[in-house]
Amino acid sequence: MKVLVFLEQREGKLKSSALEALTTASKISGGQAANVAGLIVGNQVEGLVSEVKGYGADSVFVAQSAEFEKFNVLEYAAATKAAIDEFKPDVVLGIASPMGRDLFPRVAARCNAGLITDLVDLDLDGGFSGGTKPMYAGKVLAKIAFQGDGIKFATLRPNVFPSEESSGNAEAKALNVSPIQDQNLKLAEIRKGKSDKQDLTEATRIISGGRAMGNADNFKVLHDCAEVVSATVGASRAAVDSGYAGHDMQVGQTGKTVNPSLYVACGISGSIQHMAGMRTSKVIVAINTDPDAPIFSIADYGIVADLFEAVPILTDKFKEILS
Amino acid sequence: MKILVLLKQTPDTEAKIQISANGKEIESSGVKYIVNPYDEFAIEEALLIKKKLGSGEVVIASFGSSDVKERILRGLAMGADRGLLISNEGLEQCDGLTVAKVLSACIKQEEPQIVLCGKQGIDDDNMHVGTMTAELLSWPHVNVVTKLEVNGDTAKVEREIEGGQVEVYDVKLPAVFGAHKALNTPRYASLPGIMKAKRKPFDQKTPGDIGVDVGQLKSENATVVDSYSLPPEKPAGKLFKDEPVEEMVSKVVKLLREEAKVL
Repeated sequence: MKVLVFLEQREGKLKSSALEALTTASKISGGQAANVAGLIVGNQVEGLVSEVKGYGADSVFVAQSAEFEKFNVLEYAAATKAAIDEFKPDVVLGIASPMGRDLFPRVAARCNAGLITDLVDLDLDGGFSGGTKPMYAGKVLAKIAFQGDGIKFATLRPNVFPSEESSGNAEAKALNVSPIQDQNLKLAEIRKGKSDKQDLTEATRIISGGRAMGNADNFKVLHDCAEVVSATVGASRAAVDSGYAGHDMQVGQTGKTVNPSLYVACGISGSIQHMAGMRTSKVIVAINTDPDAPIFSIADYGIVADLFEAVPILTDKFKEILS
Repeated sequence: MKILVLLKQTPDTEAKIQISANGKEIESSGVKYIVNPYDEFAIEEALLIKKKLGSGEVVIASFGSSDVKERILRGLAMGADRGLLISNEGLEQCDGLTVAKVLSACIKQEEPQIVLCGKQGIDDDNMHVGTMTAELLSWPHVNVVTKLEVNGDTAKVEREIEGGQVEVYDVKLPAVFGAHKALNTPRYASLPGIMKAKRKPFDQKTPGDIGVDVGQLKSENATVVDSYSLPPEKPAGKLFKDEPVEEMVSKVVKLLREEAKVL
């Protein structure tokens, strides 16, 4: 099977998940590097091609223009469609990132083809026939199949699939595509976030606070602890709805679904919708005064204690062990 | 200005999701259904835009089963003007692109200037129907919208991306916008609102009524759910209690390093 992989970059930096997608594409192709091609869209991004050398693709299409410097879904969709017309893949693969979730539905609909989003497992019977994705924020896993013989579109959940070196010369090929300069959608600016902290969905460590935090100022105790282990601070819906934390910090079914290697839940009782959003974390630590709190049912390590007493000690112990 | 809100119903966020015996369906009996939470932000935003402009019509449309009428009525109770339910009978299991084809046909007939929907359904978590609908209409779209300002036939729109960054777009209408949480605070339906909703115009149609040839709906490679499963149960963890806090924390940190190997 021929696989085209959309290799996401922002500000000239390749996303690490791009290599996960390439490695997966290599598996779909049965290790045939000639049948795997990457696609990089941006401005002055040809330098990124060398970074994917050896990850399973013999060629990398590069679509460059000043108009492609920042993500614009209509420009990027046109460039991706041009690469599809050129390479004629059986599968187009990407990542379920904010960019991938914006781009892939556009291109799939343009090709009148089905799209499976946010895959955590692939069904490689006869090439690539579908896969498994979480639904209901992870309360359920759905096995989804493609029904026809046409082109297939899929996005992978980041941090789930491995990236491994294999073969592939990753030879750069300039893609001949001009900006469409659509006047109906113009990116005016990108405003930086308030902090340089990693986004919850990409974080490898998360420390979250619940209703028991009591107020917004008390989140400082979590930020202090997070600082020590390079974690991102999250919050439960109860904490967000009470105004203790911003909505962008919310973990759960109407917030973010996260899968860090370490999740520390502080003063979070564990509602169904919260646990749905973080249950796939590799290791879960829960700190709660109530020994019957549901969160302990999915915690690898539980501490029955007041978070305001336990978290500062946790911060000190983290410091000790990491020094 | 006519504003169309796309709505779907989902199980309540606190619902325990169970799978039918044959593994092919999500159990619906005993499950409380609600308006998809993100669609409530879309409805609220539509009402706010109408209020700011001083005139207009807010239509709530859905492609779904007959019980979705209750959910549309909730939107009418919040203040929307008209409801439209397109029956999905026989197409209950269709994929997102098929839904987008029906919805785009509905939009072509209704000719709104703005289409609002939730950024994603909290059931399938695909986040693709709104965007596919925009594509089929050749309209621009912005999803995960946290701020929307309409000025004549343009809009200034903010969308959240990773790391708390915000993309700011200038969009020419008509367009599709997918609402995120920070957009507004949805109002509650008042009792008089609920009474009034029952007398508001409500149409029920079939795909054929809006010019959709059901036989032509199938895409080149439609997707179908083969089966559902529950995620594996986690084995019981270690619970520490009734010890000095410092000791319990010490033990856990040691385990995180030596047993779990995440430090």
